[in-house]
Amino acid sequence: MILKASLPALLFALGTGAAQANKVFVTNEKGNTVTVLDSESWEVTAEFEAGNRPRGITISPDGKLLYVAASDDDTVRVFDTESYEELYTLPSGPDPEQFALHPTGNPLYIANEDDNLVTVTDTESRTIKAEIPVGVEPEGMGINPEATFMVNTSETTNMAHFIDTSDYKIKHNILVDQRPRYAQFTADGKTLYVSSEIGGTVSVIDMTGPEPVTRTKIGFEVSGVLPEWLQPVGVKVTSDGKWVFVALGPANRVAVIDAQSDEVVDYILVGQRVWQMAFTPDEKYLVTTNGNSNDVTVIDVHKQKAIRSVQVGQQPWGVVVQPDMAQ
Amino acid sequence: MSGWLTALAAIVLREAARFIHQRGRFLAALVRPLVWLVVFAAGFRAALGLSIIPPYQTYITYEVYILPGLCGMILLFNGMQSSLSLVYDQEMGSMRLLLTSPLPRWWLLLSKLLAGVAVAVLQVYVFLAIAAFMDITLPLAGYVLVLPALVLGGLMLGALGLLISSTITQLENFAGVMNFVIFPMFFLSTALYPLWKMAESSELLRDICAVNPFTHVVELIRFALYGQIAPWSLLWVLLGLAVFFVAALWGYDPARGMMGRKARRG
Repeated sequence: MILKASLPALLFALGTGAAQANKVFVTNEKGNTVTVLDSESWEVTAEFEAGNRPRGITISPDGKLLYVAASDDDTVRVFDTESYEELYTLPSGPDPEQFALHPTGNPLYIANEDDNLVTVTDTESRTIKAEIPVGVEPEGMGINPEATFMVNTSETTNMAHFIDTSDYKIKHNILVDQRPRYAQFTADGKTLYVSSEIGGTVSVIDMTGPEPVTRTKIGFEVSGVLPEWLQPVGVKVTSDGKWVFVALGPANRVAVIDAQSDEVVDYILVGQRVWQMAFTPDEKYLVTTNGNSNDVTVIDVHKQKAIRSVQVGQQPWGVVVQPDMAQ
Repeated sequence: MSGWLTALAAIVLREAARFIHQRGRFLAALVRPLVWLVVFAAGFRAALGLSIIPPYQTYITYEVYILPGLCGMILLFNGMQSSLSLVYDQEMGSMRLLLTSPLPRWWLLLSKLLAGVAVAVLQVYVFLAIAAFMDITLPLAGYVLVLPALVLGGLMLGALGLLISSTITQLENFAGVMNFVIFPMFFLSTALYPLWKMAESSELLRDICAVNPFTHVVELIRFALYGQIAPWSLLWVLLGLAVFFVAALWGYDPARGMMGRKARRG
């Protein structure tokens, strides 16, 4: 009996003992809160008010400031990651949903779905630096590691716009499948993945040439799941560029893609309407937000298996993990 | 003491030999749960939404859910199978030979049970290995921790088989056992659907499932596979084992039991 009780505990301790615990922040679109989890125990440690309809979420490079797009408040709220107090707000333009933070922490590039604009907000002076007209219904925002280009996807125009971060001019447009949702670069900046929710594909875009070129489009198929349920949304790539994880929305699965062959190798069962995802800094775990089942699922990245699901607030949308903090 | 062990070894070896010589039986024992796993579970893959219930910590596919139930199915069929072999032994006369041993009757019957369980547990592990090959895997520790649960569950179902065999006079009646014991026990349990799913269709059905000892064998296995103990199921299985075994001993007691009645009738 003693063996029964203690062995799993021991194995669990061995398995996770080395990892540093990080805070995981989840925006709850309907609950109007942010839920905080611990990346070691996976217990909910706090939940705080975050304005109306919080969706996009990101964190400053030093891990101290949390940026939350409060869509119905038409503003970006900035929270202290220790006290969870709201420090100030940033002007965002109307209905901010997704945004990308410059690797240095300034500025913030915000997609404004209703106004067909990308707003560039200075996070220090807290002012709008530029408004860039893009396609109809801008949605996804991505930035390459060198921060020379940002990518915006427009849902109705079905394009990925490549915007130069120095002069805010659109330099290239690439047609992707219907309703592009999310843009994610690899850590080396050589490849860009763009998910198309209605088209049901992920476009793989080669960034090594003088112009971005679509290398291939990856489709999905899960036996027993209707094709129209396979709606790719969030995309994350391991820093070695070998594995791509794609959240498939109402299919309740996360697809695992071998980046070398561009082929789907597995589908991981998670909660309902899986939306956005985030790695822990050591990339041991991937956290997914499941909007309809009000929980997050934790995926063991190495084993490519879901290990547990934890209840959070109402309709979780976005997730970010705090970087390792200096001790 | 050595005489006791000799008897145990002889009975286990006889069961093992019988098992090895019946390769068809081994295959059938494996094919049965595998058909359920491949055909039945695949069909329900998406149709059945499973909410998270202990011991699971995240969403699972239906194959993962029914795996412990199919382990229980192997134990159930083996328990009944060894009861069948006892009826066969009665008819062939080797039973009389066994029971004339100077050792206490309960020890001989317990040895018989242990022999049956050993064979069943072996089958369960082969089944789990095939399932793992089909990418239906469990936590590594679970494969070890499930052993005591399998042995206890196997003993309980074996004791039930023993009890039933003491009431059956002829081999042909085994079909009746199939219809009236195995199928209701299997279908009215948590092997195929969790209790909350049963409650959705009928509260009565849920209550029947909750008292079915086979449910508790399945739950004991399910929790053990994930390194946890289901205390209520453990109690229920131990209780079932005690009741069925004592009743079977009574059944096999020539002075009082059904054996006597059978002899008088025959």
